[in-house]
Amino acid sequence: MQAIAAGLSFVGRRLMQAALVMLAILIIAFAVKDALGDPLREILGEAVPEAQREELRRELGLDRPWPEQLARYLGGAVKGDLGTSTIYKRPTLGVILAKFPASFELVLGASLIVLLFSVPAGVYCAVRPRTRGAQLILGLSVLGISIPVFLTGIFLITLFSVWLGWLPAFGRGDTVRLGFWDTGLLTWDGLKHLILPALTLSSIMLPLFIRLVRGAMLDELGHDYVRTARAKGASPLRVWLAHALRNALLPLVAIGGLQVGTLIAYTLLTETVFQWPGMGFLFLEAVTRADIPLITTYLVFVGLLFVVTNTIVDIVSLMLDPRIGLEGA
Amino acid sequence: MSAEIVRTAPRALLAFAAERPGAALAAIVLGSIAFAAALAPLLAPQDPFDLTSFDLLDAGLPPAWLKGSDPRFLLGTDAQGRDLFSAILYGTRISLIVGVLAVAIQAAIGVPLGLLAAYRGGRVDTVVTRAADIQLSLSTLMMAIIVLALFRAGLGGESLSRYAVPLLVVVIGVAEWPYFARTARAAAQVEAVKDYVRAARALGGTGLGIVTRHILPNILSPLIVLATTQIAGAIMAEAALSFLGLGMPVTKPSLGTLIRSGYDLMFAGAWWVTVLPGLVLIAVLISVNVLGDALRDLLDPRRVAR
Repeated sequence: MQAIAAGLSFVGRRLMQAALVMLAILIIAFAVKDALGDPLREILGEAVPEAQREELRRELGLDRPWPEQLARYLGGAVKGDLGTSTIYKRPTLGVILAKFPASFELVLGASLIVLLFSVPAGVYCAVRPRTRGAQLILGLSVLGISIPVFLTGIFLITLFSVWLGWLPAFGRGDTVRLGFWDTGLLTWDGLKHLILPALTLSSIMLPLFIRLVRGAMLDELGHDYVRTARAKGASPLRVWLAHALRNALLPLVAIGGLQVGTLIAYTLLTETVFQWPGMGFLFLEAVTRADIPLITTYLVFVGLLFVVTNTIVDIVSLMLDPRIGLEGA
Repeated sequence: MSAEIVRTAPRALLAFAAERPGAALAAIVLGSIAFAAALAPLLAPQDPFDLTSFDLLDAGLPPAWLKGSDPRFLLGTDAQGRDLFSAILYGTRISLIVGVLAVAIQAAIGVPLGLLAAYRGGRVDTVVTRAADIQLSLSTLMMAIIVLALFRAGLGGESLSRYAVPLLVVVIGVAEWPYFARTARAAAQVEAVKDYVRAARALGGTGLGIVTRHILPNILSPLIVLATTQIAGAIMAEAALSFLGLGMPVTKPSLGTLIRSGYDLMFAGAWWVTVLPGLVLIAVLISVNVLGDALRDLLDPRRVAR
């Protein structure tokens, strides 16, 4: 009973923290927008008389002191209004959300590849460290870490698109609209377009996760309970998978979750190479064309992803291992 | 003791090279690339930063071993008729300089903070450790992308080009100081309780003197190993930022910029403009990483005992 209460209080504190971080991010976004953007020019253009500017300034509340403007910005943010894109002339949040499915499906594809290969490869390298196969996997993973993700993409395009002509190099291909979600996963063409970008994105995460799984497994295999389980007559496979792997995966959830910022950056690079119409590609377009409202909205959105993932990882870690975080509760 | 190290080091190094041929090869590759980059003004047939020195009529020529090449251009030319060999020499120079300077900043911030945390302990230690945790939870590449993107959107691509080198150095440098702080802190904590430090303190040594004269020299090994892998990371980060158009400008290209500007030509068949600088970048990164692994083994104190 006490444990549940402590757990709930932990979750409550963690949610409070998340809300505070989000508030800080919104204030930074407001400061950036205030310092870099000129909403009057964005709306009116250059050639408008001063009197008309003044009038609009008053109408928009831009002549008010900044605390009032900040309060108005935060109020808008709560309702999902973060400004209007100067390129698209539409609410920025809508513009970004429309690109979210593309990025999400790219990350999903890459994550599937990583999950499918990193766990078996990492476990294999941990339980059979001296075999040639393990050496080969670890050697390849050094190679994978050393090659920048955009070069992997370029080499894959050179090989499979330019030389062999098997797979498309650009864009998402045909998509199907499901409500608000544009998916490329339901058409053969869309899937074909996903293969190379997903492989590219996974190439940088795979070596990292193989090493993580291997390290965590090695740690677990040194513990007494593994020896006890073996002594009781459990088969090696059962000990590895049912005992050691289960415990090894716990720190992985935490470390994997903390990589979300890096993952977003690599996704941005992959989207640039493949001209994949996701959020990262949109962000770079916004930067080139100095669309300040769109840039700040992207910052808020990425910050939100970051905060939500970290909060979920902390809470999931708590559920998987009740010892974490309760001491200070 | 240091005299003995100087006397035995060359032999130990040779023995180590025989034992780890991969590391020796990496050292040779990295050494020649760094040497060529350092001598770029002497070796390069053309000044790749001087737009007047190239001719559009020479654009898109292939490397010397392919059909249709021109003997003046060993590795071919890019879309503007720039000699690719010269551009790669100068580009490697920029990539290496940015990488090394960025890591110098990381160490300059991280090592003093780590030493301070270890030596003072208590609240100072808590503050440094927390700050390091927070900094690390923000991904380096994402932070760098955001800072440079805001700079570009706010002040324009023109200013970004002008201040690209110091900006990249500072952005990559500030983002990763925690690695040096953590390593210095952990190593210094081990040293601080050893007898020689106690002796120095008993002889009336002050905190600063003990830390700089006694502790720091004894924790250099892990810091050197860390610096090696950090340089690889910094070079990779610079290349990624330049590839996104947020780093070195086309007029003063690093390897990342060359890869980006060549990328547009790839589908026109001129693959070398992208692939050749890419291969040089990979050669640098793999060599540095392999060398870092070897250094870790070489400087491992347990190895000496064996």
